[in-house]
Amino acid sequence: MTEASETVPQGKLGGLVGRLRGLVGLGSRGPRKPTYLFYRHTIPVRALHWINALCLLVMLMSGLQIFNAHPALYWGNGSDFDHPFLALTAEGTNDNFWGVTRIGPWTFNTDGVLGASDTDGVKGVRGFPQWVTLPSASPNLALGRLWHFAFAWLLAINGVAYFAYVFASGHFRKELLPTADDIKHLPREIVSHATLNFPKGEAAKHYNGIQRLTYFVVIFVLGPLIVLTGLTMSPTMDAAFPFLPWIFGGRQSARTIHFLVAFSFVGFFLIHILALLLSHPWNGLRSMITGRFAIEKETPDA
Amino acid sequence: MLETDRRNFLVRGAALASAFVLSGCTSLSQSPFVLSLLGEVENLTRRAQRLFAGGHALAPEYDRSDIAPVFRANGTLNPNTNDYNIHLAAGFKDWVVAVGGLVEKPLKLSLAELRAMPPRSQITRHDCVEGWSCIGGWKGAPLAPILAMAKPKPEARYVVFYCADPMGEEDVDASGNLIPRPFYYESLDLLEATHPQTILAYELNGAALPVEHGAPIRLRAERQLGYKMPKYVQRIDLVDSFARIGGGKGGYWEDLGYQWYGGI
Repeated sequence: MTEASETVPQGKLGGLVGRLRGLVGLGSRGPRKPTYLFYRHTIPVRALHWINALCLLVMLMSGLQIFNAHPALYWGNGSDFDHPFLALTAEGTNDNFWGVTRIGPWTFNTDGVLGASDTDGVKGVRGFPQWVTLPSASPNLALGRLWHFAFAWLLAINGVAYFAYVFASGHFRKELLPTADDIKHLPREIVSHATLNFPKGEAAKHYNGIQRLTYFVVIFVLGPLIVLTGLTMSPTMDAAFPFLPWIFGGRQSARTIHFLVAFSFVGFFLIHILALLLSHPWNGLRSMITGRFAIEKETPDA
Repeated sequence: MLETDRRNFLVRGAALASAFVLSGCTSLSQSPFVLSLLGEVENLTRRAQRLFAGGHALAPEYDRSDIAPVFRANGTLNPNTNDYNIHLAAGFKDWVVAVGGLVEKPLKLSLAELRAMPPRSQITRHDCVEGWSCIGGWKGAPLAPILAMAKPKPEARYVVFYCADPMGEEDVDASGNLIPRPFYYESLDLLEATHPQTILAYELNGAALPVEHGAPIRLRAERQLGYKMPKYVQRIDLVDSFARIGGGKGGYWEDLGYQWYGGI
């Protein structure tokens, strides 16, 4: 195993982490312990991870552009236009309007972000704002669809490659499949993560229980779910596989679930990034680029 | 030393990635090469969907109780041209659907003749490209036997539908003359055009087709999105290519950037 000494990065991110740690009462880290580099992520895992990240970003942004063509969600097969489950719309007059978000019977003022926002300085009625849609100008349903369906193929091929790799290599069985202990120790793990006590030393060589459970749900539950609900929105796919709209309770339900899963991915992404920033940002990022992760050596008195 | 290099690399990489995503994709969208590359994917999607759906897999059909109380009308709600208004006032008794192009035997079918053909009724889900759906009951003459009557020539590959509704806003040119507006048109390939659920519909929910839904004749192609089902159909041409029709992309919306394949 390669030996290398590590210094605490003092860049912007290092400072941010220090501040965050200070805020939650962890103080600064003590003198650095000696470390060695452990080869944590294989080339396929790293490559597939970054392709996946790019695909999900393009899928999300082009998906929000598509959503802007009809920014409302429904349950069932058809759209009950008077009773959407969620709607991004505007209230007021043509000269004076503001964006609102309606969820069931509740209305929230979300002006400037959801329902109505500026496109290149001009305020207009639009579901999601220009800084999250691809392309940024809206409506542009035609281009949104082109990007979405092109990257859907890339995402699907990447996903199949990932599934093939993790099952063939044993990565699934050894690292991803949650164990009974993972579930039993979940409360304890949640507490230790919430107090920012992340696994160190030898324990950091493997996914911990909370990681296994999260990755398992995101990859093997939410992943297939977003693909299947996406396919259900295609009328030709519903002809080929009539059980698709049936299992999701209708095409509009599938569209709503597709949207909710997309935002579950956003939620996962935020926690994923937060966990990285609060634990070991550079070490973690490097291990996903070069594969190597610095492990602190266990000292006899530790 | 090594650590600084690595950190610089990471910082630059992150900045580059976010710049690419924020502005890059939008400007990439303007590159003809990228657009054609993205467009190529449409062929892949069509082939893959056809692999599973083939020529005969039927779109789901629903129960009478599933029919939407109000079927949303979209696109043209009234062609409102002189010609159309005359037909409307006369109850469409002189409306003719002409079948021509690459056929052995061109046809002219009146509304009465279409109604006299063995009909097909279907309660189906209409999926708009915008994302919403509406369930309605349609009745009409299946297109496959009509095309068979016209005897397509072997080189015929697509079926083009010409409609009575002009599109876009009225506008005048520099010298004040009215610019002729393009009429809606659409096309299907022979496989989709001869699908059992592809009909020339003249009834919606048991009543004659209302004006906003395409009176007197609209196409229903139930495995496709709404924009592939033109309203106010007047002429059906069989062609080997649509390169010389309209903007050359096979339909009004296609000429404006939408995909020709409307099964997704």
